[in-house]
Amino acid sequence: MSEQRYHSVRLDRDRCRGCTNCLKRCPTEAIRVRGGRAHILDNLCIDCGECIRVCDYHAKVAVTDDMDALKQFKYNIALPAPSLYGQFRNLPKVEYVLEALCHVGFDDVFPVARGADVVTRAIRERMRDPSLPRPVISSACPAVVRLIQVRFPDLLDHVIDIRQPMEVAASIARGEFCRKHGCLPEEVGCFFITPCPAKMTAIHNPLGQKKSELNGAISMMELYGQLLPHVEAMIANPDLVPSTRYGIAWASSNGEANAVCPLSSLSVDGIPNVIKVLEDVENEKLNDLEFLEGNACMGGCVGGPLTFENTYVAKSGIRKLVNSMPKVHPDVDVPASMMTKYPMKNDLPFQRNDAMRLDDNLVVAMQMMNRINEIVERLPGYDCGSCGSPTCATFAEDIVRGYASEMDCIHLMKNRLKVMAEEMVALAQNERR
Amino acid sequence: MSELMKASYPVEAADYTSAGSASADIKRRLKKLGISGDVLRRVAVASYEVELNLVIHSLGGVLDLSVYPEYVQLVSTDRGPGIPDLSLAMREGWSTANDEARSLGFGAGMGLPNMKRNADGFDIQSTVGVGTTIQMKFNLT
Repeated sequence: MSEQRYHSVRLDRDRCRGCTNCLKRCPTEAIRVRGGRAHILDNLCIDCGECIRVCDYHAKVAVTDDMDALKQFKYNIALPAPSLYGQFRNLPKVEYVLEALCHVGFDDVFPVARGADVVTRAIRERMRDPSLPRPVISSACPAVVRLIQVRFPDLLDHVIDIRQPMEVAASIARGEFCRKHGCLPEEVGCFFITPCPAKMTAIHNPLGQKKSELNGAISMMELYGQLLPHVEAMIANPDLVPSTRYGIAWASSNGEANAVCPLSSLSVDGIPNVIKVLEDVENEKLNDLEFLEGNACMGGCVGGPLTFENTYVAKSGIRKLVNSMPKVHPDVDVPASMMTKYPMKNDLPFQRNDAMRLDDNLVVAMQMMNRINEIVERLPGYDCGSCGSPTCATFAEDIVRGYASEMDCIHLMKNRLKVMAEEMVALAQNERR
Repeated sequence: MSELMKASYPVEAADYTSAGSASADIKRRLKKLGISGDVLRRVAVASYEVELNLVIHSLGGVLDLSVYPEYVQLVSTDRGPGIPDLSLAMREGWSTANDEARSLGFGAGMGLPNMKRNADGFDIQSTVGVGTTIQMKFNLT
């Protein structure tokens, strides 16, 4: 069907009880329960991490790198997502967090918020091209880009072809480090401090790029405990790279939209809400909109499945930080020379993912859909998930695709048994006569 | 030529809560069939408009989808009230939407013109007191 894709979101088979929690909540219907265990369908999973959040048995995990990964390189740079600042209560200065990262094993630190500053300017310049279809859609959330690949492939030309902040930040960080210390690029490891599995997947299986500029991702959750005492030591190193309030605001929903296009933008968070808005874009209900920011997680990146702090507390913390900083826009703060010094644009187009198609041949696909409709008519419509498929309609599709059998439906089975039992009684009575 | 895939959607008058669900299902089906690009976009826009028209202006009706190897057909049939002056109704900006519809942002008078613009074939028949039938065709080849 399709090549094996890298996914950060995986199943811990021993912990899985085969319940229907993740099955019912997966926004792309990428989970099936077979043989008492959940299975993630490789070609449909967008690594949003929703299943990690809803699993009561912690059987869904995000695979990220551990600190041992740093041993591969002579030097290592930490690239913290701006959402990291939201993890520490009453943080007076982001510099304390940056300095703390230099105490847990990294040689240097470069804030991804600075990457967001540069990307803000790059997107604004790119959007001067009137031929870009409107609304222009943000590419910052990899789970949303993958959602578009699977469910809205016709909207891929709306997705901005500028690299994600972490990629631009890694190019700058490595370039500047090598210049300063006279070392080779391959001696420098760049590690993203991530709030979500989608970013980890985007590093190992990049979107719009042949190869990621990053070498790995370390979970915020994993690093939080180690960082806390160093953050509380409140050491601010004046040599660390600053970022604007706009770059930091990318941590929460609407931060990017407000930086890129405050006058005609919309930001939407949470996958079901993102789907609704994308449906509207597809139905041409939002043609007058310039820019659309979508985040898979409620609240934006501060709501990521690998964050430690309550989303709303983190969001309020980010707002407090942002409001304490001067209103200097990246257009003014990021030097023009920066825009040509490092790669900003993607080198590959976003690929369609046609995994939801029934068949490449229209006539075959229509025959399959008719069979699906016939089966749906026979099913009870409870959408109970006992068969292992998320809904009766998906179950019918799984049968037609050859992945399930009608007898996997316990309700149909019960009816069948009832008929058989009645037949046996009738048969027994016949014998006696 | 044999018809290959059919679906039928009853649409109730003034049912704003489920308005858009028929056109959403039509789009979902077409995507599953591998129909994409310009045709998908045009069917999506026209089916949404025609469904909303049934909700806003009709006394209720049915939206029928048929997919043939060569084209997609949408037929909307309602139970009235019928359109007294079709040429006026086809004019951009003309609308008879009531205050409830307007308060929800509808009634810009672009529905019928938008359908006609997006379909490859468009036919409307209406009899006051009986109802309106709209047929649209979208070529796949």
